[in-house]
Amino acid sequence: MTVDAWLAAAVADAERRGLPDLAPLLESIARATRALRDADWRDAADDRPGPDAPAAP
Amino acid sequence: MTTPLPLLPLTALAPMLRDGRVSSETLTRACLDRIAADNGRLNAFTQVFEEQALAQAGEADREIAHGRWRGPLHGVPVSLKDLLDVRGMPTTAASRVREGHRAGADAPVVSRLREAGAVLIGKCNLHEFAFGTTSEDSAFGPVHNPRDPSRSAGGSSGGSAAAVAAGMSIASIGTDTGGSIRIPAAACGTVGLKPAHGELPLDGIVPLNRSLDHVGPLARSVTDAWLVYRAMRGDRDAGLELEPRPSPGALRLAVPRPYFLDLIDDEVRQRFEEGLERLRRAGAVVRDVAIPHAADIGPIYLHIGLPEAAAYHADTLDRMPERYTPAVRLRLELGRYILAEDYVRARDGQRLLRREVDAAMDEVDALVLPTLPIPAPPLGAQTVMVGATKEPVRNAMLRLTQLFNLTGHPAISLPCGTTRDGLPCGLQLAGPARRTDALLHVARTVEMGLGG
Repeated sequence: MTVDAWLAAAVADAERRGLPDLAPLLESIARATRALRDADWRDAADDRPGPDAPAAP
Repeated sequence: MTTPLPLLPLTALAPMLRDGRVSSETLTRACLDRIAADNGRLNAFTQVFEEQALAQAGEADREIAHGRWRGPLHGVPVSLKDLLDVRGMPTTAASRVREGHRAGADAPVVSRLREAGAVLIGKCNLHEFAFGTTSEDSAFGPVHNPRDPSRSAGGSSGGSAAAVAAGMSIASIGTDTGGSIRIPAAACGTVGLKPAHGELPLDGIVPLNRSLDHVGPLARSVTDAWLVYRAMRGDRDAGLELEPRPSPGALRLAVPRPYFLDLIDDEVRQRFEEGLERLRRAGAVVRDVAIPHAADIGPIYLHIGLPEAAAYHADTLDRMPERYTPAVRLRLELGRYILAEDYVRARDGQRLLRREVDAAMDEVDALVLPTLPIPAPPLGAQTVMVGATKEPVRNAMLRLTQLFNLTGHPAISLPCGTTRDGLPCGLQLAGPARRTDALLHVARTVEMGLGG
């Protein structure tokens, strides 16, 4: 799902639920989501657990 | 002029209690008097356990008189953020959502404090469910900063910091999910310790984000914080000194300057640079370092923190949404819209940041940076000017602390001067993974280097 499609669906849902004040907050989250998806670290962030990660069960 | 008992550090009070030079009842009554005098103005406490505290103090005095001194916390009034369970008492989380709650048992860290002989004097106000940095959105009304009651005490453990700063308790226990111990400590001029992630049990504490939550002490000095932290860990050591006493000349510190010092209030920056200069003059080696993906901290934090908070509150958001304060309800609702794929991306980013912080700490004892980029903001402010930049208060207050919740590294805030208006500035140290004790030694050294 693209960020634009997510934002449109989220704002529509918030309005349907009587929460129109969520719209500007959702727009700020959309900006953060774009930054997250555009980050250049995706290849660097492999699945190795970090030092504080719990051991796998 | 003699310092009033409730404003003395634990390191001074503990030997007085041990040696019978002051009684726990006297000390507890002095703190209760301060609560009676100032809580109406500061709103730091949600519950005061006057009767129980005096009973505990009397018991402590009897034990000490019979030669059964339990250690540095014996007979010392300690307050608790009202997010921690105390058996038989409500855990309000500063929310009407919790109306009718009564804890069946102590949280483990509370049990350990009882075993150490601490007098539990009451529970402290906070930002509702710990979901905010100003301690304004609370069912009990806002906490006021003791240094300037028109300003926020920081948050979310704002009542805890105000209680310690105002001498209403000698130390307090807070929680920290994005900076909620360190931020109010900096705003009120106290010390606040976030131990390494996973080190202290979180059972019996209302969660905010299960993967980012920490519990730790707020106190008057680094050694005081260490003494309380040690009791929270269950250690029964009776020593009062953080030994071996380190030397500022042996310190190696790194300043993560890019990103973290890009947008800072002028006076906060000045106090921080002056502090670094004092440490350099004392012989410390201070160099700059970079966290390569620091600019991604905010997006990563949001995409983990928001959905984890929403997951915990999903049921009550549906059943009793009107009981939340409006701003907290909206932020919780926001978390319900985060996609799982973005949560997973953020967890990948969290692992990357953890490695980058580890790398930045290579060959140094700690990272050093301001705790807050601004002094305590006025109550009611939604935005703040940082230099020529207008920024939401919440974003500004979290910007320098949330990284170490993502990575789990231990971090501590200690006082580092004041602005011209007398508002405290905080200096933050973050230490190597899982080495809270080592960080506390560094912090004590820095405190001495800063003149503390």
